[in-house]
Amino acid sequence: MKKIDIVKKILDANEKYAFENVLFLAEHKKLCLNMISSPGSGKTTILTRTINDLKGELKIGVIEGDIQTDIDAERIRRTKAPVVQINTDGACHLSAAQVSAALRELPVKDLDLIFVENVGNLVCPSDFDLGENGKIVVLSVAEGDDKPIKYPGIFAKSKVLLINKIDLLEGGLVDFDIERAKTDARRLNKDIEIFPVSARTGEGMTDWCDWLRQSVKTV
Amino acid sequence: MHEMMVAQSLLAAISDEAAKHNAKPIAAKISCGGLSAVNDEILCFAFEAIAKDTPCEGMKLLIEHKPLRAKCRDCSRDFDVDLSMPKCAECDSENFELLADAPLLLEEIELQTD
Repeated sequence: MKKIDIVKKILDANEKYAFENVLFLAEHKKLCLNMISSPGSGKTTILTRTINDLKGELKIGVIEGDIQTDIDAERIRRTKAPVVQINTDGACHLSAAQVSAALRELPVKDLDLIFVENVGNLVCPSDFDLGENGKIVVLSVAEGDDKPIKYPGIFAKSKVLLINKIDLLEGGLVDFDIERAKTDARRLNKDIEIFPVSARTGEGMTDWCDWLRQSVKTV
Repeated sequence: MHEMMVAQSLLAAISDEAAKHNAKPIAAKISCGGLSAVNDEILCFAFEAIAKDTPCEGMKLLIEHKPLRAKCRDCSRDFDVDLSMPKCAECDSENFELLADAPLLLEEIELQTD
């Protein structure tokens, strides 16, 4: 019996594509954000609202990841933003290779900002780097304020936390301690930017859009 | 079930190494960090399934979970953090920041040499 020491990154096939994406985005000077959340937190509604609120200012393209259907891509298409749908056929996350192919289908030169909407899942997508400039984690208040501490990986790795559906807090429709969620998220990630929003009513969207305007400038 | 993709990458990496040494792999040690979303049982099951009828069939996987490290902002010490009780192991302060998590690594392969 012989032991050999290796020390090799297991996901280096994914990381190779992720690095290609980093180079591609840097070469084109484009900001690419990877949006991750549980199913039903409102990622697509946030995107359609953001695209409409920034219309005439930022040209936004979207890569939609879903296990199946192009329902989300169709919703994006109605905003007139360019969109590419990826169906993962059961896989619980997008891979860098899929995003690499999708980036070549988007009119990247004409865009300022590319959103990748990952498969709805708070766990698996956090382990797969896509070569993006940052991860955006979305947590809707209906999911509960304990999610940062229960799913620490994604909160520790994200640049921004969007707390969505805050319109439900008024009238006490859900029990969600927003300060607890913020404190727990900041304990995991001292630099995380937190924007409470309601993509449905538009509340809080101004600060989020300002952050996007600023981030696009500094790519 | 992203363990399947991890298992596929692992199988490819082990097969490459074993081919270089022209020997059958019998065990491998891998390690991951505290924030990694890899479940041991599912990874072993996925690996077993895809290793069937390959030189890696029957291999044992040893998975080491490296503790997540944090730095206390009050006493400045580094410590292993338990996220179910997030406080400094030395001074109990809740004012700390997480340090970089260990990556998912293939560390060692055992080969049959008879």
